[in-house]
Amino acid sequence: MRARVAVRLKPAILDPQGKTVNQALLQLGYSEVTGVRIGKLIELDLDGADRVALQSRVEEMSRKLLSNPLVEDFEIQFADDPSA
Amino acid sequence: MTPAPDSTVSPWGVIIFPGSNCDHDAVETIRRITGIPPREIWHREENLAGLKAVVVPGGFSYGDYLRSGAIARFAKAMDGLLSAANNGTLALGICNGFQILTEAGLLPGALLRNVGLRFICRDVYLHVERTDTPFTSRYQVGQVLRIPIAHNEGNYYLPPSELAELEANRQVVFRYCDRYGNIVPEANPNGSANNIAGIVNRAGTVLGMMPHPERRSDSLLGSPDGAPLFQSVNDHIAG
Repeated sequence: MRARVAVRLKPAILDPQGKTVNQALLQLGYSEVTGVRIGKLIELDLDGADRVALQSRVEEMSRKLLSNPLVEDFEIQFADDPSA
Repeated sequence: MTPAPDSTVSPWGVIIFPGSNCDHDAVETIRRITGIPPREIWHREENLAGLKAVVVPGGFSYGDYLRSGAIARFAKAMDGLLSAANNGTLALGICNGFQILTEAGLLPGALLRNVGLRFICRDVYLHVERTDTPFTSRYQVGQVLRIPIAHNEGNYYLPPSELAELEANRQVVFRYCDRYGNIVPEANPNGSANNIAGIVNRAGTVLGMMPHPERRSDSLLGSPDGAPLFQSVNDHIAG
């Protein structure tokens, strides 16, 4: 099974990278852009079929290593099809 | 009966991770200041018994993958350091070492991307806030040091309420300042909260700092301003 973990800076944390990209998009004429935040997408291939058990394991991984809970939030999404 | 300490065995250690690149500067500084080369600790070694001061050096441990310090924090040598630090061993994290110590929970906060998004490699001025720590006894309060920084993620962050607590506990040891010692926003190279360049834990036994004192241990290297830090630690562990 495949899980996707999206790691993002908490809303209160300044994201200079996002700001720079926002600026670039405005310069390219995309005036509708009012905010850009850049995060990370981590894809995990997992062994096992017990979705509930895997969910709690991935949450643990996300808290322990994949994100820094002081400054980042994470969101987990499961795709049952490995090609998804 | 405990055997007398062997004067040829250093009480200092330097942890080396794959990707560390300031380890040799630290080793050389310690060797010159103490006369004995420190123990070089490979990241897979867990036994740090007998060491009284351990440096977690600068560099790009494990390629800085995921987040600076995130993977190094789980190295065996860090398990060893956590238990040694709980027993009073002094820990000094420099640059990437500071990032690793925050990830490991030995120090509060996190080091975020520099506000200007640039890797900054240049001399900065530091204001010495405290001299009542094992790391700073050879300095004067208010002394201005000239020491280089070389980092991409040095923007010290702590949520506001915890930052107030850090300040109230006098845990800030070094702040970025101008050459006259004024702690002003223009002297802040990376956006760090309250111009923070270095902090200690509550007990004062763990210091993390972004600037590199091991690169300024001799006048030949630009200034000798980093040497007293290592001398202070050596006084402390010898005394």
